[in-house]
Amino acid sequence: MSKTLTNLAPGQSGRITHVGGVAEIRNRLLEMGLTLGTRVALVRVAPLGDPVELEVRGYRLSMRKSEAATVSIES
Amino acid sequence: MARDSAGATTLAGSQRIAVAGNPNSGKTSVFNQLSGLRQKVGNYPGVTVEKREALLAGADIVLLDLPGTYSLSARSPDEEIARDVLLGRVEGTPRPDAVLLVIDACNLERNLYLASQVLEFGTPVVIACNMMDTAQRHCVAPDCEVLSKELGVPVIPTVASEGRGIAELRRALEHVESVRPIRRPWRLPQPFEDAIDTVAGAMEASGEVPPPAVRAGAMLWIIDYLSGEAAGRRSADRFLDRLSTEHADVLRQAAKAVADGVDDPACVAIEQRYAWISQVAGRATRQARERSASERQRVSTTDRIDRVLTHRVGGVLVFAGVMFVLFLSIFSWAEPLMGFIETGETALAGWVGSLLLVGPLRSLLVDGVIKGVGAVIVFFPQICILFLFLSILEDSGYMARAAFIMDRLMSRVGLHGKSFIPLLSCYACAIPGILATRTIEHRRDRLTTIMVAPFMSCSARLPVYIIVIAATFGDRTWMKAGVMFGMYALGTVTAMVMALLFKKTLFAGPRPTFIMELPPYHMPQVTAVARAMWDRSKLFLTSAGTTIFAVCVVIWAMSYFPRLSEADLSPTSKAAISKLRPGDTQARQNIIEGERLRRSYLGRLGRLIEPAIRPLGFDWRIGTGVLSSFFAREVFVGTMGITFAVGEADETSQDLREQLAGATWPDGRTVLTPLVGVGLMVFYVLACQCISTLAVVRKETGSWRWPALMFGYMGVLAYVASFAVYQVGNWLGWG
Repeated sequence: MSKTLTNLAPGQSGRITHVGGVAEIRNRLLEMGLTLGTRVALVRVAPLGDPVELEVRGYRLSMRKSEAATVSIES
Repeated sequence: MARDSAGATTLAGSQRIAVAGNPNSGKTSVFNQLSGLRQKVGNYPGVTVEKREALLAGADIVLLDLPGTYSLSARSPDEEIARDVLLGRVEGTPRPDAVLLVIDACNLERNLYLASQVLEFGTPVVIACNMMDTAQRHCVAPDCEVLSKELGVPVIPTVASEGRGIAELRRALEHVESVRPIRRPWRLPQPFEDAIDTVAGAMEASGEVPPPAVRAGAMLWIIDYLSGEAAGRRSADRFLDRLSTEHADVLRQAAKAVADGVDDPACVAIEQRYAWISQVAGRATRQARERSASERQRVSTTDRIDRVLTHRVGGVLVFAGVMFVLFLSIFSWAEPLMGFIETGETALAGWVGSLLLVGPLRSLLVDGVIKGVGAVIVFFPQICILFLFLSILEDSGYMARAAFIMDRLMSRVGLHGKSFIPLLSCYACAIPGILATRTIEHRRDRLTTIMVAPFMSCSARLPVYIIVIAATFGDRTWMKAGVMFGMYALGTVTAMVMALLFKKTLFAGPRPTFIMELPPYHMPQVTAVARAMWDRSKLFLTSAGTTIFAVCVVIWAMSYFPRLSEADLSPTSKAAISKLRPGDTQARQNIIEGERLRRSYLGRLGRLIEPAIRPLGFDWRIGTGVLSSFFAREVFVGTMGITFAVGEADETSQDLREQLAGATWPDGRTVLTPLVGVGLMVFYVLACQCISTLAVVRKETGSWRWPALMFGYMGVLAYVASFAVYQVGNWLGWG
């Protein structure tokens, strides 16, 4: 099993190796700048444990853990 | 699909400039700065995407504010409208002569994604590089001259919130027609490029796409057709339907060639575009990065605020506090204003009443028109305050945090974090709540939220609860509070259960996505907030107000006609009058009016349905109240006042309370026992007795199907629940 965004702890970051999931979500994530090789950091987790806040290309993006799990990363 | 006539009309000007940009780029701010106060707001035909137009102050140029989007794919109605407007494909909206692109200087790469798509359309473009002040302080401010060279269009640095750069922007817009944006500088795999040439040729020959945009249009079409996304494919197919069979075949074959020759074309296109964007952004920010490498490491203000506002404990507490203040303000700040409106209404009714003789005209004006208008504007203060709050929450950036915090809870019932605030607003009134669902991207999520919104106990139900509880539970304070709380809880729980049911059945589909930008916080702008509040409040007056007013007049007519003369009164009434002390004209009048209502069309209808409502424990009088309030709940108390012959009444009326509590069936049993009272309130919690909500739902969903379904299922639910309360209660011996 490769690492995904959900394996990051707050403050950690990784480089995107693959974006999976259904076309609707995958293409949206790509368009929001989560392309291959982009560095993504996990900023924090929402108070109730889901969703998560990420930093990508200098801005903040939130998504559910189920969506974050479709983004594979390497450190 | 419904056609909104407002969408077809357009401001006139010698030149039309569309304003495009990402959400949170300050696009609206730039638009407001350029256009001044006079704006024309409507909807595009068939969709609830807002169309906003204004004249460029002091020039013969029309500005058209496009919906804020991240891309021009056809994934959401907003994106599709933005694209179709740029292609001149929207009925009633001519193709813009030029585009003003607003980009966020702090967020260059993602903003350049949409920008590069727009540039490819070949239309003259001016770019406003907005929020330069924040960029210089907290991020890496791009060099606008470098950007301008890279993109081939003027790039004007602006700080729209302070009006900086607006004059320069105006000058650039006045000479925009000579601008020629660069052609797409990045390449796709050869089979894809070949297919774009083929498709562009067919598109140009078909005349369906304006010539400068054919290559961009061709690429977007191929991606839509092959992306694997349902919405994209539908949009691509709709385009094929517009073409001749011959041209459509050319397009299909070209798409097939791409599918055969390129692995995952949608992904390749996005990756290639971003690869080029990264280079451009890198060159535009090189100097700034060298200059401020150390400075940028500082934690931004937004991060400091978010450490508190999205903290595990603090965040939830602050959120609860904000919601509490929201409620307090709706119910307490609006109170004096509502009282003032009611006093004014009574005074006006008295004055008009004193001018006219007793008769149908006076009754129409006093009981129909003035009461009808009053019923609308009495809610106006609450609606304005609610919209004021929502606008501040949105403009400051907190709305996104609220969705971020609440998403986990909402997802349990298949909803979206963004559904929370709209549903909460429904405790005041379902209409602003339903209008607030516009921020929910996916239609399924939005429809689910709309369909359960009216279960939240709105302020129009409150008078009903108050009078019924007072009449049935007497002085048992704790019991009364408990029952009141129970009604609010019942509505909320039912909304959640129904949302879950809807998501499992009618709106079943893939899990809703939650991909949302968390924009930096900023100070809400007075003008922007005021404008947003006013635009929405106006929508309440025009779409809900007119309906409530019309219904009030209809209900008045049904309760007024056929007019009974005093000679035709029944022996019972005559006997009752003869027992009165002479000179007690008020009591005499009440008895006459009571009988008149009983024998009016409304009263007859009430008696006609009595067999149907008897299993709920309701008699015809309660039935009349329920019927008269089928289109606006707040009418219930007034009708009860007439039915129980106490004359003018409101929910605090002592007389009405006693009359209600003392009402009996012909055999002497009490009508409104606590059990029937609870059943009646349960009916009011669950039934959709609000014609304005239905009218707004029709407008927002574009079809009568949804309001019809809403009215039907909520009515059935109300009947069944009320029936169950009464029957089970009786069986348990609580009657």
